Amino acid sequence: MTEEIIIAGFGGQGVLSMGKILAYSGIMEDKEVSWMPSYGPEMRGGTANVAVIISDERINSPVLHNFDTAIILNQQSMDKFEESVNPGGVLLYDPNGIIHHPTRKDINIYTIEGANEASKLKSSKTFNMIVLGAFLKIKPIVKMENVLKGLKKSLPERHHHLIPMNEEAIKVGFEKIKEVQTV
Amino acid sequence: MSENILTPEEIIKTGELVFKKTKLMTDAELSYCPGCGHGVAHRITMEVIEELGLEEQTIGIAPVGCSVLAYEFMNVDMQEAAHGRAPALATGIKRVYPNKTVFTYQGDGDLAAIGTAETIHACNRGENITIIFINNGIYGMTGGQMAPTTLPGMNSSTSPYGRDVHTMGYPLKITELVAMLPGTSYVTRQAVHKPGLVRKAKKAIKKAFELQMENKGTSFVEIVSNCNSGWKMTPVESNEWLDKNMLDYYPLGDLKG
Amino acid sequence: MEEVKLMKGNEAVAEAAIRAGVDAYFGYPITPQSEVIEYLMAEEPHKRTGMVVLQAESELAAINMVYGAAACGKKAMTSSSSPGFSLKQEGISYIAGAELPCVIVDVVRGGPGLGTIQPSQADYFQVVKGGGHGDYNLIVLAPATVQEMADFIELAFELAFKYRNPAVILSDGVIGQMMEKVVFSPQKERLTDEEVDKLYNSWATTGKKNGRERNIITSLELVPERQEAHNHHLQAKYKKITENEIRFETFNCEDADYLLVAYGSSARICQKTVQLAREKGIKVGLLRPITLWPYPSEAINKLADQVKGILAVEMSAGQMVEDVRLAVNGKVKVEHYGRFGGMVHSPNEVLDALETKIIGG
Repeated sequence: MTEEIIIAGFGGQGVLSMGKILAYSGIMEDKEVSWMPSYGPEMRGGTANVAVIISDERINSPVLHNFDTAIILNQQSMDKFEESVNPGGVLLYDPNGIIHHPTRKDINIYTIEGANEASKLKSSKTFNMIVLGAFLKIKPIVKMENVLKGLKKSLPERHHHLIPMNEEAIKVGFEKIKEVQTV
Repeated sequence: MSENILTPEEIIKTGELVFKKTKLMTDAELSYCPGCGHGVAHRITMEVIEELGLEEQTIGIAPVGCSVLAYEFMNVDMQEAAHGRAPALATGIKRVYPNKTVFTYQGDGDLAAIGTAETIHACNRGENITIIFINNGIYGMTGGQMAPTTLPGMNSSTSPYGRDVHTMGYPLKITELVAMLPGTSYVTRQAVHKPGLVRKAKKAIKKAFELQMENKGTSFVEIVSNCNSGWKMTPVESNEWLDKNMLDYYPLGDLKG
Repeated sequence: MEEVKLMKGNEAVAEAAIRAGVDAYFGYPITPQSEVIEYLMAEEPHKRTGMVVLQAESELAAINMVYGAAACGKKAMTSSSSPGFSLKQEGISYIAGAELPCVIVDVVRGGPGLGTIQPSQADYFQVVKGGGHGDYNLIVLAPATVQEMADFIELAFELAFKYRNPAVILSDGVIGQMMEKVVFSPQKERLTDEEVDKLYNSWATTGKKNGRERNIITSLELVPERQEAHNHHLQAKYKKITENEIRFETFNCEDADYLLVAYGSSARICQKTVQLAREKGIKVGLLRPITLWPYPSEAINKLADQVKGILAVEMSAGQMVEDVRLAVNGKVKVEHYGRFGGMVHSPNEVLDALETKIIGG
């Protein structure tokens, strides 16, 4: 199993930390992982993206052109990464703020109302976990118990009291994901 | 009159020791011009290290400039620094050996031009080191070019019509600058062109090393010196010129501590 | 068993330095390697091992602090990224001349000038070919994984002290910023002052104790005959390093018709290219130099007898390719491919280049 994922959106949406939790979850399952971010000032309010690879084998290139899954959280990222999804791959996005929806016919497309669901939970910080939950529904590449372990690993101890809320958010994502098209 | 002049034999009675070179100066012939203040400054620095019993724990740093070969003459462990970087080397040494004695010996070009940042920041961190700064207002080794401390109107090979402060800037009083920094414990300006001044300078250097060993922060001793070759004077003329011109701009005495 | 950690390459450098028993780190922040000093400051290694960490006023000061500490026989290191490495070149030349062991990490970004903060491999010339003045060589290790970022710290110090020569870990923004699994060696004790005195008594400036003559650390020799002799001594040392320390690895070279030569993150990318090419039925192999100096010229020369063409892949306008050409000495066609100025080539782009420049060219 090798899963190559791009997560892309605005800085502040928790793009990098979502990738980090996913990578940690992979480690908990003894898998090989890599986490390659876009870095620098562009992250502050601009676009941020991270390529995460989880695999049973040694990972060669951390830099990729095409992905099995694209998790897209703003229009710029949609414009940039829709084309990079492998045929038959997955594009998961939050339709909030998206004007030009994906048009590819050869990929599986899902939506998750991450921003809206996060506001229902009264915590914008749960946004990325809702999206992660939605992803795990379609691609259960790591077990939920390991995601929680990964969450614990990647959060500093002073934030550990937030873990139950994040767990709740993952469940919301699991339930609220909507299928747009499958191929 | 003549009958009152003592002969050398009368001054030095057989068997009486009146001067002994410190063992912390090597026997190598000094590379400095006759009449230059470096020799005296070297000697009193090394005498202080010997008198304080620091021989086995001292690491000195030579600069780039006339005293680039100071390690040939100073008989302790020595490092040779790139131009201006001596305080950075001293920092590196002192941080890994906080109990050793570390000093730099630098000229005006090294310390106050190319090495200004290293000087200011070592002093500002209050590194427990001693900086001996020889200021003769000229680049001696490279043949008499203008230094940051060259006086207004003073001739040098790169200010042949005199230092014009409007285009060449003012002499930098870096000793006054470092005296302002909270990291320095003791900042003083001395000279070595008269016997009485040599004694005072040695006392100052001793105090500087003592404060270093008490971990009081950076101790900084400027020595206003001459450069008879660069100034194109005889040794005696250069000492007179120093006395008459340099000390107005660079007054002697303790600035701090 | 040691715990598996998920860490950035830069953080791995910092943790590995503490574990390797390094005595002092002197640095100055610059993107994309500031995590090295940030991690060290946060970890407070003076409490863990007694290691000194100091933020200097400039890269110049930092490398000269390394000079001072290394000249005392202590394990000292610094890290920077390209523009900062340029500033360190003066100090590095002096350190090479004075034969001091130390480690310098360069997490390369795009240039020239202020350039970009994105990954690049355009520091090959300035790191491998000297960069500073005079005839000298640095031992240059090129990690391709976060694990190697950690492992090479200890290796670099081992080689640096073995030969009394500065060693560089030449990395880039990809390896520095990416996170991967990493397992660290157990904590090594720092040498005591007494052990340093005993081991390096013949040269280290730690105060002239026990009746020994004074030690002098200098790169100055005004008598040209003696400076020439010193240079001969350095060259003899470099020859010995070349004979003993070349490191490289090969992937799928046994039956290869074409060869990729790439180091660091480009070697990772090229492994994927090899896989993609073989899926298309093109037999491609990869040689990855681990030491960039000394360079695995002989191994490349041998492979040149077997393959029909070689593509040197690096994120630069073509720097390492010169060493590949020297190694191949005209036996087969050698071309360069690489995105540069902060752009990173993808495995597919490398495959396209191989097909157009080497196979079809």
